[in-house]
Amino acid sequence: MSEAPLQAPGAVRARTTAWVLPWLKAHPNVLRISAVIVFFVYWEWAARGMSPLFMASPSAIFKAAWIITANGELPKAFIASMWPFALGLLLSIVGGIILGVLIAQFWFLEYILDPFLNALYAIPRVALVPLIILWAGLETTGKVTILVSIAIFPVIINTYSGIKDVRGSLLEIGKAYGATDRQIFTKIILPASVPYIMAGVRLAVGLAIIGMIVAEFFTAINGLGGLIVNYANSFATAKLFVPIIVIGLLGVGLTEFVMWLERRLSRWRTLERERF
Amino acid sequence: MAPAAAARLTALACDHETEALGVRPMVAVDRVTKRFKVRARPGEPDTMVALDGVSFDVREGELVSLLGASGCGKTTLLRILAGLVPLDDGSVVVQGVPVKAPRRDLCMVFQNFGLLPWRSVMDNICFPLELDGMGRAKREQVAARYIEIVGLDGFERHYPHELSGGMQQRVGIARALTRKPLVLLMDEPFAALDAQTRETLQEDFLRIWKDLRTTVIFVTHSIDEALVMSDRVMIFTPRPGRLRRIVESPLGVDRVDRDVRALPEFARYRQEIRQMLRETP
Repeated sequence: MSEAPLQAPGAVRARTTAWVLPWLKAHPNVLRISAVIVFFVYWEWAARGMSPLFMASPSAIFKAAWIITANGELPKAFIASMWPFALGLLLSIVGGIILGVLIAQFWFLEYILDPFLNALYAIPRVALVPLIILWAGLETTGKVTILVSIAIFPVIINTYSGIKDVRGSLLEIGKAYGATDRQIFTKIILPASVPYIMAGVRLAVGLAIIGMIVAEFFTAINGLGGLIVNYANSFATAKLFVPIIVIGLLGVGLTEFVMWLERRLSRWRTLERERF
Repeated sequence: MAPAAAARLTALACDHETEALGVRPMVAVDRVTKRFKVRARPGEPDTMVALDGVSFDVREGELVSLLGASGCGKTTLLRILAGLVPLDDGSVVVQGVPVKAPRRDLCMVFQNFGLLPWRSVMDNICFPLELDGMGRAKREQVAARYIEIVGLDGFERHYPHELSGGMQQRVGIARALTRKPLVLLMDEPFAALDAQTRETLQEDFLRIWKDLRTTVIFVTHSIDEALVMSDRVMIFTPRPGRLRRIVESPLGVDRVDRDVRALPEFARYRQEIRQMLRETP
């Protein structure tokens, strides 16, 4: 007989599961990918039993994507969306930084602009869309105006608080070394607020995508938002999914890019925070 | 000249040494007074006298420390010397020119190092020269020399958060030296460091000072540090901030490269100064 002590009946099972959970925890992608696969398989199976008017299966969506890419509908809409999107995002970032800097640096501008900015920020900008269309039209100008009205605020607010939060001790370095006001601004205040500004830009990217779709829903002439409205109205459910997925991918890609840029530019700040 | 007259002249020269010899002091602090507004209960004075008629001279190449407990006005005086704070009465003159605002020839070393965290060691050290409008190649060439002097070679591309406290203050010192200042103003520069690092930096800084012969005004609250570092110790007492005594260091320039803490004079002076700081004025 073996000299090993008798094992409890559950001991073998306990030992095999003991390594499974830590292994899964150490390899997060295993569970992530499995979950996505299970989700798609279930979706495909469930959608095949449903009316195509209500639900499209992943394979049908893929086929629809192929069709509207080949016939040029999707590329055309994508380009139609991208141009006002890029312009609006650029205006939001540049304009937001300039406005934020101005109100943070000049008290009289802050006092003058404060009530207007607060009022605009408090009103859900979607409520202003009909007015903006009335004034700026359904074309690029209107779309860009709607987009900027939604995306500019986080940039203004973050730039403002970034500048206001620059530590007095940093400013004193500049003063002690005889920096001019201009040098203190360009060499201390601005670099010190970069992490704040970048966080504002990241928020602006997400809001700009919302702004773009909202603008296209209301103008409904072209673009990815226009596609969504048109496909929905004609019950082309499989095609309807395609622009939604494209917008999702665009959002994830752009946000990842900005976060990467943010990490690069604000590296000193995270590391400094870890230290103290 | 008669010997008696010569003797008298020597005595005079000792009293008003610098003036009588016709040599202007590097720094002349004359009856400097600074008051701060404070919140007070009714009937109590609403001003606090931070500095009350403080006068002293600093010779060229001298290392002088301002010693006192917190609240004695020593840091305020240094900030006045740096031109960061206006004074209420009296005057501060550096090489014949009154200090009214920050000057390029008066450079500051800060207690918490005062580095710009987004700049590398090299770019931090170049900062003053960059403000002066010097080109990149030129200023990096100047900075390289001071990087070597403070012993930071190889760390040019590091960022402040990657360095220990001692190394960060070496950056602070190198930055202040790049402008070849007339007077180096140091605000408790080693107070934020641990004891071992502090001693190393004190020794290294003394060596640098001996080589460059820069005039240094050094604020500290540590009697030991004041004795180890300085030619003369200005002893301040608080409320109101007054210069109580000026003590010549017994250790002379020989203190560089020597462990002066072991000398018998060191203990005696430390005891005396501690007594002076304790006495109520």
